[in-house]
Amino acid sequence: MRGLPALASVAGAILLWEIYVRLSGISPLVLPAPSRVIEQMGVNRALLWENTLPTLSATLTGFAFSVSIAFALSVALDFLPKLRRALFPIFVVSQTLPLVAIAPLAVLWFGFGLTPKILLVALVTFFPMLVALVDGYESTDPEIETLMRSMGASRWKVFRAARFPSAMPYFFAGLRISITYAVVAAIFSEYVGARAGLGIVILNAKNSFRPDLMLAAVVVSSTLTLVLFGVSALLQRALLRWREAGQTR
Amino acid sequence: MRNVGVTLGETAVLDDVSLHVGQGEFVSILGPSGAGKSTLFRLLTGALAPDRGEILRDGAPLKRDGQTFAFMPQRDALMPWRRIIDNVILGLEVQGVPRAEARARALPLFAEFGLEGFEQRYPAELSGGMRQRAALLRTVIQARPIQLLDEPFGALDALTRAQMQRWLEDRWRAARWTTLLVTHDVREAVALSDRIYVLSRRPARVISEVVVRAPRPRLGAPLPDEARALEEDLLNTLLSQTGERP
Ligand SMILES: Nc1ncnc2c1ncn2[C@@H]1O[C@H](COP(=O)(O)OP(=O)(O)OP(=O)(O)O)[C@@H](O)[C@H]1O
Ligand SMILES: [Mg+2]
Repeated sequence: MRGLPALASVAGAILLWEIYVRLSGISPLVLPAPSRVIEQMGVNRALLWENTLPTLSATLTGFAFSVSIAFALSVALDFLPKLRRALFPIFVVSQTLPLVAIAPLAVLWFGFGLTPKILLVALVTFFPMLVALVDGYESTDPEIETLMRSMGASRWKVFRAARFPSAMPYFFAGLRISITYAVVAAIFSEYVGARAGLGIVILNAKNSFRPDLMLAAVVVSSTLTLVLFGVSALLQRALLRWREAGQTR
Repeated sequence: MRNVGVTLGETAVLDDVSLHVGQGEFVSILGPSGAGKSTLFRLLTGALAPDRGEILRDGAPLKRDGQTFAFMPQRDALMPWRRIIDNVILGLEVQGVPRAEARARALPLFAEFGLEGFEQRYPAELSGGMRQRAALLRTVIQARPIQLLDEPFGALDALTRAQMQRWLEDRWRAARWTTLLVTHDVREAVALSDRIYVLSRRPARVISEVVVRAPRPRLGAPLPDEARALEEDLLNTLLSQTGERP
């Protein structure tokens, strides 16, 4: 089992935490024990579940939106290097905007609904996906391109048969990283203004001095992130089977 | 090619190169490393335009429509994400042949190219020699009038290379593809060619053109004395071209 050391170290840390809380007699209002957090997850499972769904939907919708735009744009940029030079600085600047300031503004402009969450998730994940794709196209073996040109292939055919497949490993690497950003961005945008969601659970728990419930929501959100990460890894495994070919020969 | 010259950036790569290939002829180009051999092929495939001189096919200026040459690049350039069968049919696919039909055309050739049973494998699962044969099959299946082979066996170990050269000689004797072969390997050129051009170091000119008359097949038995002497001559000509010019 390759995951065994990781599991053991996590379990060890939780155990130490539990022992510390029990021995020191620290107030659960400051630092709740892991056992208490788990208990709270059980007690509040309906609340947590109801609020996980909006977060999940904001994450997935925003991410799907951002990946579609990033993909469409990456194709355009690949065909029009001038456009790339014109637009790239804007995208870089978009990455320098502090989420703390943008999130409340987005809520102010677009209300408490899904729209500002989608936009924030997209803002955070769009650029990494775009860069992954553009770099991926550039990674194409020039010899393969020369070969295809010698066969009389059009620029579009070269893109479809060579540049696009070359970018896929980059795309999935970007996907795995971005999906984790996406969850964080969704929760943060809920935190600054929403009707429901894990961000709201965290906010309310904070306001009513309930660190145990806050941590319960954190556990749920981390689990959500891990699941999404796992799904993208599985997707990559399923779609890029050629990458494993020849490695076990 | 008539009096072709090319300068890339600051580097004069081809000075004045004239050469021709006849129908069904096997012609080799020998030259020191960096002489501009791959550049010659880039001119022919249209990746590059000559600064001077002209390139003709049957007396008319060569059209750059990808219809004349089937090109095998110096490295095999197999697509790692495509199975061998789909790598092999790439050229047909570009020509607009439907995939199913292209596959049906390619499959019967796998045995002859020693690739039977590997149709559905990925390139990473093949040995160097098999990859090279797959690249060669991808080249000849395009059924273009002229094959351009850029050091097809340069990256192989000596044993595999010898094996591939024999195999190519057999294939060529059966099919008589019009072939232009770039190589470093003098013996390979002598064994396979009807004619050989030797290029000078950069900027390249043709410094020697020889006809090889030895009977075929030439591999598998000792070369006749005449061919051996020729090999020696060519090697000396080439050696005189190595080393940097002051
Ligand atoms: N785009 C370029 N700009 C400037 N110089 C170039 C360019 N491309 C190639 N060259 C130069 O042209 C020369 C010939 O290159 P080419 O690849 O044709 O050599 P070659 O004879 O095929 O060599 P090898 O036997 O090593 O494959 C090289 O010295 C190289 O440095
Ligand atoms: Mg070369």
